[in-house]
Amino acid sequence: MSTGWAASPSELLMKAATRAAGRRRSTVRRRLTLIVGLALLGLAIAAITLAPVLVSQGPNTIDALNPLAPPLTPGHLLGTDQFGRDVLSRILYGGRIDLAIAFGATSVTLVSGTLIGLVAGYLGGRWDSVLMRIVDLFFAFPFLVLVIAIIAMLGPSIFNMFVAIWITSWVAYARIMRAQTVVAKRQQYVLAARALGYGRLRVMFRHILPNTASAVIVFSMVDAIGNIILAASLGFLGLGAQPPSPEWGTMISDGQNYILSAWWLATIPGLAIVFVGIAFSLIGDGLADLLRPGDR
Amino acid sequence: MAPLLTVRDLRSYLATGQGVVRAVDGVSFTLGEAEILGIVGESGSGKSVTCRTIVGLMPSGITHISGEVIYHPHGDGSILSASQSQLQSLRGSQLAMIFQDPMTALNPVLNVGDQVIEAVQAHARLSGGQARTRAVSLLRRVGIPAPEQRMRDYPFQFSGGMLQRALIAIALASSPRLLLADEPTTSLDVIIQDQILSLLLDLQQDTGMSMILVSHDLAVISEVCDRILVMYAGQVVEEGPAADIITAPRHPYTRALLDAVPQGEQRGQLRSITGSPPSLIDVPGGCRFAPRCGLAVDECWSWETELIEIGGPGRLARCWRHDEVERSPEWQASDSA
Repeated sequence: MSTGWAASPSELLMKAATRAAGRRRSTVRRRLTLIVGLALLGLAIAAITLAPVLVSQGPNTIDALNPLAPPLTPGHLLGTDQFGRDVLSRILYGGRIDLAIAFGATSVTLVSGTLIGLVAGYLGGRWDSVLMRIVDLFFAFPFLVLVIAIIAMLGPSIFNMFVAIWITSWVAYARIMRAQTVVAKRQQYVLAARALGYGRLRVMFRHILPNTASAVIVFSMVDAIGNIILAASLGFLGLGAQPPSPEWGTMISDGQNYILSAWWLATIPGLAIVFVGIAFSLIGDGLADLLRPGDR
Repeated sequence: MAPLLTVRDLRSYLATGQGVVRAVDGVSFTLGEAEILGIVGESGSGKSVTCRTIVGLMPSGITHISGEVIYHPHGDGSILSASQSQLQSLRGSQLAMIFQDPMTALNPVLNVGDQVIEAVQAHARLSGGQARTRAVSLLRRVGIPAPEQRMRDYPFQFSGGMLQRALIAIALASSPRLLLADEPTTSLDVIIQDQILSLLLDLQQDTGMSMILVSHDLAVISEVCDRILVMYAGQVVEEGPAADIITAPRHPYTRALLDAVPQGEQRGQLRSITGSPPSLIDVPGGCRFAPRCGLAVDECWSWETELIEIGGPGRLARCWRHDEVERSPEWQASDSA
């Protein structure tokens, strides 16, 4: 038996083992965040893919006999809007647009911003100055104003919204990636790779990129939510998807006129955004933990 | 002995916020085929910068390099003025370098095997299978047990000594003729140090490559090297065959370094060198070691001493009182101070 201040070796070992078990549990819990996030996102993707199976009414089909039916009305699980269009159907079909924005807009900016940041950070010098001044220029403008200006020039449509996002939001990735690259290129393994006569491209893509990509990947999850909300905001402002397209932001915008009499019109698309947002942010958290150096 | 590498008046100056650091300030030496040259000196004496400058690894925008580095198999032109692509094909295939800290010199996100295979394929057209076979035999050659299994491991699953072995395997992947080893044993414990050194020596004898071994540890250097270069404050202060340097130092700094090495049976007090090396930003005129030298007289403070040839070719010391270094009473007197 141990006295109060000097634990026996076996007791110390037991404590260490318990701590280790606790750590293992916390690893599982961290993975859990990622798994739950992926499950929620998978659910959302399954739902929008299977939309034709899940709902019988098309998103723009009008049930003229049942306008403004509240949720749980037979045949209209989430009710109908002022024209008698089924809200559930619109949510599912609209999700296709919003998730396409989340993936389409985000992946393009993720890749382009990462490449630009990598080049600027690794090559340094003139490349760095020119590219980073361009980034500064973009940051100096209020983001939404810039997006609205681009859409105003190109004309409001979903594709032009993509273009506006591509033009404006790579800068954040470039800045994150550049900072990571500048740190990484001073690391000894990069010096060692150069000492072996590896070319610039090999050093950048095989040695620096895998070590620095985690920050931008995690950020892209946050950015994906941001892009859905941006798409919804633009839809709300009438600059994104155009009616009768069932994009969620446009639905909220339409529904606000009925907010007092038919709350579900604006609330349900809002909840859909929240649902997808939570999924992405859980995935982001999970990835951040998973990719944190030293935890593998 | 045919020369393999000739370095002439190499200078490597770095621009920093505080001023220009004269990290390497006029270093010259010749390295023969199959020769092992040791470079010793304190931290900050310019050893590593010399190596990195030779292989062209100094950060470009902020470094000013002058002098000549002639790699004889590549012709009589200085490789400092070679194009990026020429230098790239030299590095790895002809000149290889291993680094001080094996824990950080491998890419943490790639497994060790892939990194060895990558090095094997970098300068030779080999199929995947051939490269893998060569990688396995390299890893076995440097003494990694069960290389086929260990290849799947990531660097963090290797111990320091094993990592240094893997790094040596990577450096030797395309049979270089010159290996620059920048403090390869500094971060390892003494037993592993010994193993790594004998491995390097063994490999050198097998392949007949030349080697530059950088260390701040005279014991390490004297065990392995044919010739020694002692550096202080960016300059070579003494050069000569290893045995001569160890037994009969002719520069006060070398002498002081030797005095600081514990001697097996003698249990005397270890003598440290008083003071600290000068800043390399505002280098004072005169002998750079004068402020810490027991032999310094007034002239030392004003004259910049040249490397003087003493007792034969290839035996140089940057001290005009080199005759008095060995057993001078003045030196002894300075110790008690």
